[in-house]
Amino acid sequence: MRVTFNANGRPVEADDVWEGESLLFMLRERLGLPGSKNACEQGECGSCTVYLDGAPVCSCLVAAGQVQDREVRTVEGLADDENGLDPVQQAFIDAGAVQCGFCTPGLLVQTHDLLEREPQPSDNDIREALSGNLCRCTGYEKIMDAVRLASARKCSGNSSEVSR
Amino acid sequence: MRGEKNLQDITTAHPDGIGGSPLRPDGTLKVRGEFAYSSDLWHEDMLWGMALRSPHAHARILSIDTTEALTQPGVYAVMTHEDIPGSKYYGLEIQDQPALAFGKVRYHGEAVAIVAADHPETARRALAKIKVEYEVLPPITTEEHCQNPETYGYVHEPHEYKGHASGNVVHSQKVVSGLGVNDDVRAMADVVVVGEYEVGMQDQAFLGPESGLAVPAEDGGIDLYIATQWLHVDRQQVAPVLGLPENKVRLTLAGVGGAFGGREDLSMQIHACLLAQRTGKPVKIVYSREESFFGHVHRHPAKMRYEHGATRDGKLVYMEARIVLDGGAYASASPAVVGNASSLSVGPYEVPNVNVLAIAYYSNNPSCGAMRGFGAVQACFGYETQLDRLAAELGMDPVELRQLNAVSQGSHLPTGQVIDAPAPVAELLQKVKDLPLPPPLDTEHHLDIRELPGALSNTSHGEGIVRGVGYAVGLKNVGFSEGFDDYSTARVRLEVIGGEPVAMVHTAMAEVGQGGVTVHGQIARTELGVERVTIHPANTEVGSAGSTSASRQTYMTGGAVKLAAEAVRNELFNLGRSRYGWTYNDLSLVGGKVVSASAGVLIPIVDLLGDQAIDLTREHHHRPTVPFDKETGQGFGHVQYTFCAHRAVVDVDVELGLVKVVELAAAQDVGKALNPLSVIGQIQGGSTQGLGLAVMEEIITKDGKVRNPSFTDYLIPTILDTPPQPVEIMELADPNAPYGLRGVGEAPTLSSTPAIVSAIRAATGLALNRVPVRPEHITGT
Ligand code: FES
Ligand code: FES
Repeated sequence: MRVTFNANGRPVEADDVWEGESLLFMLRERLGLPGSKNACEQGECGSCTVYLDGAPVCSCLVAAGQVQDREVRTVEGLADDENGLDPVQQAFIDAGAVQCGFCTPGLLVQTHDLLEREPQPSDNDIREALSGNLCRCTGYEKIMDAVRLASARKCSGNSSEVSR
Repeated sequence: MRGEKNLQDITTAHPDGIGGSPLRPDGTLKVRGEFAYSSDLWHEDMLWGMALRSPHAHARILSIDTTEALTQPGVYAVMTHEDIPGSKYYGLEIQDQPALAFGKVRYHGEAVAIVAADHPETARRALAKIKVEYEVLPPITTEEHCQNPETYGYVHEPHEYKGHASGNVVHSQKVVSGLGVNDDVRAMADVVVVGEYEVGMQDQAFLGPESGLAVPAEDGGIDLYIATQWLHVDRQQVAPVLGLPENKVRLTLAGVGGAFGGREDLSMQIHACLLAQRTGKPVKIVYSREESFFGHVHRHPAKMRYEHGATRDGKLVYMEARIVLDGGAYASASPAVVGNASSLSVGPYEVPNVNVLAIAYYSNNPSCGAMRGFGAVQACFGYETQLDRLAAELGMDPVELRQLNAVSQGSHLPTGQVIDAPAPVAELLQKVKDLPLPPPLDTEHHLDIRELPGALSNTSHGEGIVRGVGYAVGLKNVGFSEGFDDYSTARVRLEVIGGEPVAMVHTAMAEVGQGGVTVHGQIARTELGVERVTIHPANTEVGSAGSTSASRQTYMTGGAVKLAAEAVRNELFNLGRSRYGWTYNDLSLVGGKVVSASAGVLIPIVDLLGDQAIDLTREHHHRPTVPFDKETGQGFGHVQYTFCAHRAVVDVDVELGLVKVVELAAAQDVGKALNPLSVIGQIQGGSTQGLGLAVMEEIITKDGKVRNPSFTDYLIPTILDTPPQPVEIMELADPNAPYGLRGVGEAPTLSSTPAIVSAIRAATGLALNRVPVRPEHITGT
């Protein structure tokens, strides 16, 4: 089948999609958007998290055909050409929250969504919001730092100030 | 003097050199989603490879029929062991593992056949059409089975055992020191504690699945893009199976999504190359999470018996230990794991009389090999539990008892090796002990269930919750041991690009997330006084960098980068000497300039170098070690020792058996923190894997079959399970190591587990001799 939808603000179409394919597979293998990761493909790790019509979902659990005419935003769509990296992306780098980085795309989308909803989350709010995103490398402390840093920068309107 | 101030200005250490925390060079790509992991690779015309795996733990293969699978449209190749052009075996230390099973399958999930097809689903359907006839055999799975091959059978036929393996024993190692342990020695102790302990089978559970892309080359060779821990040792194992000389198999590191020992052995490498060779097309293989649980080795499960004797005032008199490791179907790294478990079994304590046996068996359980902490993790759970029990028996404070017996610089280990570098074990324990404790749980005024055991499952509102605090410390070696010449190679090139001096660092080091590439840049900046450093992709065009394991890469490849950069620097000075007749012997490179301490700035690097490039390669060898004596374990076997201490604070819901780790504090001596931000990240990440082993992570097998190969059933810590982790760093230089540094990555994985279990014991009063601790162990149901 053919699937037409909007990915990161651009209309895209994928051909020869098999009905059993996930949105994750279609993004990664058919549309050249491998940023969303495939750590479990069972909805357990959050590494494939993308926005679907503005809500974060595990793209491995969404059938490709389900996104017909809808809007998908992936990690590749977080930065914009004008302003560069999103503050959440910059904070993950600055805080040392990226080691192997395989969990990072999913965590970025999930954190981006959290800060949109709640610009100044408590530590418990952060833990709750990110509890579906596994990271095997960092022990999460630097991820907590990154979210706090992104929140502080967003609230102060300064997205690049480095504090370590 | 004008020159003086100038000189001082520019000789300040480079902020992005060693000791600083510059940002990762791969960080931006990673946050943009543009970093190419091995599972992201794509090639025009590429096929998908997939393996058919044994549903049995032990079975004879009577026949394999691939005819129907081959006729499926979209299927390009179906291969069994019969189609292998070269050697049928490979292996890390002992070549005992068939690239594709033949004769027998020896573990659940062993690869029997492989296919290449145009879509993963086509490949999956083709696998379903392969008919394998098995005669199921009783699996050899327990210590009793392994010990009695005449009754229960051999995992490998007796004539098939390779290396030193024999009769279901992969490897064993004794360590005897002082008077050993006998009745006379026992009589010297006032207090004796004996305990039996068990450690479950842990999985590395790196997030990036095993994957890679094999591309057939015009010269009949193969180019493999792969996520691994050691490119050269992969090539050493792959090439003979393909029937190719090593130089026809070229490996390039693709992005690695974590490793933790699980990528030390081959997974899909040979299969992808075989299929690419057969079809003449690029072949990509990506494991699913389920396949990943079958596709790599795990941490050895252990059964241990420990006996400690001490005087009334708490001095250790003797220790006896027997450590039995289940190695699974193939040898993998079992011999080296046994070497570690035996030689480190005593922990960071002075014990005058020791008798230890560590042994690894073959079985029809999943193969076990390298995982972060490598044999030292299991032992640490044993000796630290013993130390707690001894403290209780003596009525002593557990930290004081440890400090009383702690090794320090100059101590003898039971292998006879003297610790010839700082060993601040007592100080590390003191550091975690002195940290302020987290505030007590306030269930009256401020109740947030997310902070309670059970958290969002809403299992408790504060009732039945008891707090406990526990301590532990561990002993880990750094680098490959027992006489192995574990060298590393680095190439450094200095040239002028765009009017600026630029250093390029080329190694075969596997960056698996640890941040080695950041450190290489820091070392080059420090040694060459340049701002810009580029990191060449890691591949087999340069000499081996050894494995990204054993906490060794910063020490070994970092050391090689340092040597190569120093050589480049000397070459540059020689250029100046011959061109300008310099006679200074106080030269250095700072801020892009050649500087003499006495005469000030001599010349910018750019002007000295012109359009010349200096390109030099150096090998870094650590000081030699020797194999342990087989009967006594004596020998200078380890390169370096490293120490980490933990304090764990837990809340336990004693009614439901749920545990919440409230805080996990660590203190570690890192010799020199080349990159403090990364060092702390390694300690927190390592500690968290220890937390997983303490309370949740275990591969469950029944009769050799894996019952929980998914993230639904094999649980790793989430951000809700993981507490704040304060870290204290000590930097006592090791005189033998580059910059005085000490390998960091593994030590925190040792002591975190026993510290957490100790805290649970403190809260519950239970013995808890097995990890992971499950709710039923706490509730007794
Ligand atoms: S890949 Fe989708 S949740 Fe893990
Ligand atoms: S950084 Fe490796 S999984 Fe999170």
